[in-house]
Amino acid sequence: MGQMGQGHPASTLAMHGVTGASQARLGWYLLVVSLVVVVVVCLLLGASAWRARRRRAAAEERELVHPGGSGLAWVMVGGIIVPAIVLTATFVFTVATLHANAAPWRPPAATIRVVGHQWWWEVHYVGGSPAAEVVTANEIHVPVGEPVRLVLSSDDVIHSFWVPEIAGKMDLIPGKTNETWIAARDTGAYEGECGEYCGVQHSHMHLRLIAEPPDRFAAWLAAQRRPAATGTAPSAGAQAFFSAGCASCHTIRGTRAGGRVGPDLTHLMSRRTIAGGTLENTRGNLAAWVTDAQGLKPGARMPTLAVQPDQFQQLLGYLETLR
Amino acid sequence: MAVVPATIETAPVERLRRIWETPPGLRGTLTTVDHKTIGKRYLVTAFIFLLVGGVEASIMRAQLAHSGLRLVSPGVYDQLFTLHGITMIFWYAAPILSGFSNYIWPLLMGSRDMAYPRVNALSYWTFLASGIFLYTSPFLGQAPNAGWFAYPPFTLTTYDPGLNMDFYALGLLFLTVSTTVGAINFIGTVTKMRAPGMSVNRMPIFMYGTMTTSFSVLFALPSLSVACVFLFLERRFGFPFFDPANGGQPLLWQHLFWILGHPWVYIVVLPAMGIVSEVIPVFSRRPLVAHSLVALSTVATGIIGFGVWVHHMFATGLPALSMSFFSGASVLITIPSGIAVFAWIATMWTGRPRFQTPMLFATGFIALFVIGGVSGVVTAAVPYDLQVTDTYFVVAHLHYVLIGINLFGVLTGFYYWFPKITGRMLDERLGKWNFWVAFIGFNIGFFPMHIAGVLGMPRRIYTYPAGMGWDTINLITTIGSYIFAIGILLFVVNVIVSLRRGAPAGPNPWDAGTLEWATPSPPPPYNFAVIPTVRSSYPLWEDRLPPSGETARGEERSSVFRGPVLDDKRETLGTSPLEADTMSVLRMPEDSPWPFLLTVALALVFYGAVFGVWWLAIAGAAGVLATLAGWFWPRSLEGGAVA
Repeated sequence: MGQMGQGHPASTLAMHGVTGASQARLGWYLLVVSLVVVVVVCLLLGASAWRARRRRAAAEERELVHPGGSGLAWVMVGGIIVPAIVLTATFVFTVATLHANAAPWRPPAATIRVVGHQWWWEVHYVGGSPAAEVVTANEIHVPVGEPVRLVLSSDDVIHSFWVPEIAGKMDLIPGKTNETWIAARDTGAYEGECGEYCGVQHSHMHLRLIAEPPDRFAAWLAAQRRPAATGTAPSAGAQAFFSAGCASCHTIRGTRAGGRVGPDLTHLMSRRTIAGGTLENTRGNLAAWVTDAQGLKPGARMPTLAVQPDQFQQLLGYLETLR
Repeated sequence: MAVVPATIETAPVERLRRIWETPPGLRGTLTTVDHKTIGKRYLVTAFIFLLVGGVEASIMRAQLAHSGLRLVSPGVYDQLFTLHGITMIFWYAAPILSGFSNYIWPLLMGSRDMAYPRVNALSYWTFLASGIFLYTSPFLGQAPNAGWFAYPPFTLTTYDPGLNMDFYALGLLFLTVSTTVGAINFIGTVTKMRAPGMSVNRMPIFMYGTMTTSFSVLFALPSLSVACVFLFLERRFGFPFFDPANGGQPLLWQHLFWILGHPWVYIVVLPAMGIVSEVIPVFSRRPLVAHSLVALSTVATGIIGFGVWVHHMFATGLPALSMSFFSGASVLITIPSGIAVFAWIATMWTGRPRFQTPMLFATGFIALFVIGGVSGVVTAAVPYDLQVTDTYFVVAHLHYVLIGINLFGVLTGFYYWFPKITGRMLDERLGKWNFWVAFIGFNIGFFPMHIAGVLGMPRRIYTYPAGMGWDTINLITTIGSYIFAIGILLFVVNVIVSLRRGAPAGPNPWDAGTLEWATPSPPPPYNFAVIPTVRSSYPLWEDRLPPSGETARGEERSSVFRGPVLDDKRETLGTSPLEADTMSVLRMPEDSPWPFLLTVALALVFYGAVFGVWWLAIAGAAGVLATLAGWFWPRSLEGGAVA
């Protein structure tokens, strides 16, 4: 309980995203070429040392060598011609990849606005009308095989949106809106991280990207659009929620909780993680997070709440209704 | 003026010593302008900063040895990586090379001092004082904590309210004084102080390295100074430079910072490449292959280095066209490095390399240079850079650059010139242990970081969850970096032991060909009893190389042990910038208290500013004016012009 994060491997050489795959192909090329260059140079260094061992016996140790040639051919071939060819190829590959990733192959299926916060991700699914807009946090659902437009900005400091297995980074910069697109090739849940140092809890600013079939994505989106399923009767749990002050930071659509400081909790229980994508969303972790946020994530904006034990159970019970 | 030719036997060395020697005692310590003393101080001080930065790194490596450790708090960890970064990059890597240049340059070019000896003293004192200023902050628990490139708005008071980033902004600004005046001194020295006949095509590559970086400093550093002034003004007085809420622009900082930041990479490697270009020919027993091409590629690197800064910003949302341009420049800059690498390999291949410790380090340097170079090309390729930027791949890359291409070059220089500086040899046996432990430890420690980055581990995280596949890699990295640290400690042990018990070196223990080895070890205060005249790149090898070779193709020969004495006052020869024809006898300044006093006054300004004690800052500023007036106050000088 309270264990930080159930990490998932997130290789930059995975090919689960369209742009990520093209980046990974370039990456493989670069890594292989690099390895060859390093091995060749090390072999040359070793060979010249080995040659010297044989020649030393023949000559007086300290005498200067009177070389036959100037050695210029080495520099011309190894230092100029071969690098020029390899580097030109690298540059062409780079520009071609850059060009291929400039725009998606068809209009994006959805537009997702992501706002960076210290240290969590606010996620908006832009709809036709303000009422159709969905707000969630730290979890992004996309339809597999479809390009999705990302509109990135920040509410405080610079962050960087990064789901390694899907695509490279794009910064979230306050005062600036960056646009990019991503497309998942395979269904699955992918680990995302903040890629730019953003303060004491930069380490715990994760997100989960869920790529699912278009029909399941549509169903998820429709469910997210609905207000909270809490019923109208004010329960003891809801009272605990308000009396503990949760509503001053969190929104629950359909109730009077309208805080904008922390994540929207309307469908909290539909999400797989809490605490900026760093804890699995289990009852135990939820309890730990509510009672000891500062112990788990020192410096986070979430305060450590002093809630009476009986109230606490009601509060947890209430949160668990937010499906 | 006594411009009578003499030989080193007939020169009045006792008189020269009296003229040039700094008297012992506190006054001499604070007033000396001897480039050798200043050089040694630079070397020792910068090396201490290396050790301090190393301790910071060791704590971080302990914290990262396993997932979920809580050895230090997140806030302390942030201060550690920031302090580690700026210490190593600004207070170790460049100053240690200035140390070598200060000590070696006049000897290498056949001169008696740097062009501006008092400025040289000022450069050291401000370096030391800015370092003390920076290291005041951890004792207050408020060390810089936003990474060495300190992106706003995080660095503004809204998000980072302590004095942490004030120490950063003012500390760097203070250091800028040192670096700038140092660069001016190197440029003045290289253009005016070379021995007669040391034309640009005969200049050692080490001089090209430091000369190029000095020009880079002059053009790049104002950008950092401006950025730091802006940052301090915004933090302390609310000027709206970077905060978008007030109409500022966060990316302004990034451009200003990296316009300095990337040339700085070449500033901390080109002189080290120069050191290696001196050492490899000596131990390969032949002149450097393609001397002119290596010289040109050194200068070219410095110039192209100004066209690559945006490759640090590929993820900030730039147009594809401008990214292609900066990517192209970043790929292009590899060519001059390729030339240098193959010139070194060709020198070894066509020579007869002896692998004494300096050569071992130089060879290791080449291998690490290539690894750090190719990983640089990886980050120049925009699409894949978007993946690896700000990950441990970049951490690996920059350590292969800063340790591989700087520290291994620096250790090469120490093993090579220690006999010249101290008169004693470093121990060969310990030296070989030093090399192998450091080289193997470094690669065990830092190569796996590439893999951690490729597997998606971001930099600047104080901990990481289990199950990401990073645990084993990080444990190996921690173990390797500790082995590397033992290697560095072996060097310290070697220095301490050899200072007392090292074998006497004699003037030229390596049988090298350049001028510094024509002086006794350690060199006397006046360096050369007679000013040499130079006709080739390797004056001491001239008689033993075939006249058809690159060297000694003219009918004239170098004259190392016979030349003018110049013993009226502190005097040396001034020569022309390209051909190094004799132009004048330069009267060099005497020891002076002003550089030290000016530094004390500057320190008051910076301490006053950081703590907001404005009367202290104003008093310091008045002190600056007063010391400058004292420094420039006209004095009568009997005999000769003022240098």
